Amino acid sequence: MKILVAVKRVADYNVKVRPKSDHSGPDLANVKMAINPFCEIAVEEAVRLKEQGIATEVVAVSLGPQAAQEQIRTALALGADRGILVQTDVALEPLGVAKCLKALCDKENPDLVLLGKQAIDGDNNQTGQMLAALTGYAQATFASQITVGEGQLEVIREVDGGLQTIAIKLPAIVTSDLRLNEPRYASLPNIMKAKKKPIDSTTPEELGVDVAPRTQLLKAELPPERKAGIKVEDVAQLVDKLKNEAKVIS
Amino acid sequence: MSILVIAEHVKGELKGATLATIAAAQQLGDQIDVLVAGSDCAEGADQAAKAAGVTRVLVAENAAYDHLLAENTALLIAELAKDYSHVLAPATTNGKNVLPRAAALLDVQAISDVSAVISEDTFQRPIYAGNIIATVQTSDPIKMLTVRTTAFDPVPAEGGSATVEKLDSVHQTDLSEYKGEEVAKSDRPELTAAGVIISGGRGMQNGDNFEMLYRIADKLGAAVGASRAAVDAGFVSNDMQVGQTGKIVAPDLYIAVGISGAIQHLAGMKDSKVIVAINKDPDAPIFQVADYGLVADLFKALPELEAAL
Repeated sequence: MKILVAVKRVADYNVKVRPKSDHSGPDLANVKMAINPFCEIAVEEAVRLKEQGIATEVVAVSLGPQAAQEQIRTALALGADRGILVQTDVALEPLGVAKCLKALCDKENPDLVLLGKQAIDGDNNQTGQMLAALTGYAQATFASQITVGEGQLEVIREVDGGLQTIAIKLPAIVTSDLRLNEPRYASLPNIMKAKKKPIDSTTPEELGVDVAPRTQLLKAELPPERKAGIKVEDVAQLVDKLKNEAKVIS
Repeated sequence: MSILVIAEHVKGELKGATLATIAAAQQLGDQIDVLVAGSDCAEGADQAAKAAGVTRVLVAENAAYDHLLAENTALLIAELAKDYSHVLAPATTNGKNVLPRAAALLDVQAISDVSAVISEDTFQRPIYAGNIIATVQTSDPIKMLTVRTTAFDPVPAEGGSATVEKLDSVHQTDLSEYKGEEVAKSDRPELTAAGVIISGGRGMQNGDNFEMLYRIADKLGAAVGASRAAVDAGFVSNDMQVGQTGKIVAPDLYIAVGISGAIQHLAGMKDSKVIVAINKDPDAPIFQVADYGLVADLFKALPELEAAL
């Protein structure tokens, strides 16, 4: 089984990103960048499948500026075999990303494409579903467990009401939720080894994909601030306030 | 403007998320059709027809669309969408699963988690875990949106009289198959529909201590939630998680117990009308958003609270 795994370069999850002062977009100047946490979980899952002898090759793909190579190196250090960078300075939307990944699927013919369920910058939660539509493959989003069977996967999904189990035919697109696994830390020898693993570079144009954006960001602003209220002395005062001031309990 | 709303219904019951999505649709136009798909959807269709503001209910009664399985349902939505200016689904796990797939079939860039409608092509949505509100304008001919249901007051469930039409088209791909669901059974209200929520965090120390929250919840008719820290620590199951990657809630009263207030949790509950925080750390960030803060040991405060109610 050949696995393609997509990784996105995003602001590190510990950074509280704020809008630029002119509201033209998020302020990412001097912000530490990292691999999107959900993508990291997808890489870990792919590597585990390889370690179990189920996957034969794991190819890590990233789309974005030249610097996105760093996130491919992270995936290689975790255990992916080789990388592909689709280099562009256009701010890609999920549809554009899905089209590029579709073009790569046509070349690479993976049996399984693993992605994060969403990136923590745009919070779109669309790319996997869109790639599934464009390839015509089955999809399992929000995966918290993947079991590989004969020509199919059984996937447990984290849905609103609890956990849902579906069976999907291969080839398939799966997006990871938080509890799919806990990614390992890359060891120093593996980080060194990753530097020697090959990364191919291409562009949306070479893939024949038009990635011109369909949406325009008109404004980025802070959410309305919620004011801190008061501190109450004890439970009796709390209950009194809730009953008589806020009137939310009777 | 004509708008198609994808309904979410479980065993014949129309979910509240659908009514909130219809409310968002009303801000775009007054020709609002609701698609009810799946087997046994007569009751759901009936309820959709009664919801205020609905023009037509389209019923695709076929097991192929059960649980809104994405592969089949996206084909149906894509087929219908060509007659509409907007297609809206609630930003539930079902909506997020199927709507982007349908959008890609139509070569449309969907817009996720819409929290406000500015105009027919311009919308607001939270990005960066709610730290930034983005205003985005789309140039796509069909606008396909998922709607953050807590941001819109649901339309009344009664008072409408829409016509009901049956659809014949069946899209059956056999790509995926529903095997089952492990749904948390509870007599308490659902998190996303509850008027009162009491949530526990890492401070609860273990799953058994959540029993204290359940008892208070039963006195208040409340739902019980949890922070990601409590879920990751294995205290309770994931369906109880409130936060950016869990459920987004906005009840009249939200009581956070032993929750420090990580960004990811705040993003899921800060639109609640009244927030109460009980935490022994006076510097916990949760107090910055709480209307009423009680600095106290929860193991002392909870029994007192239970007794006082």
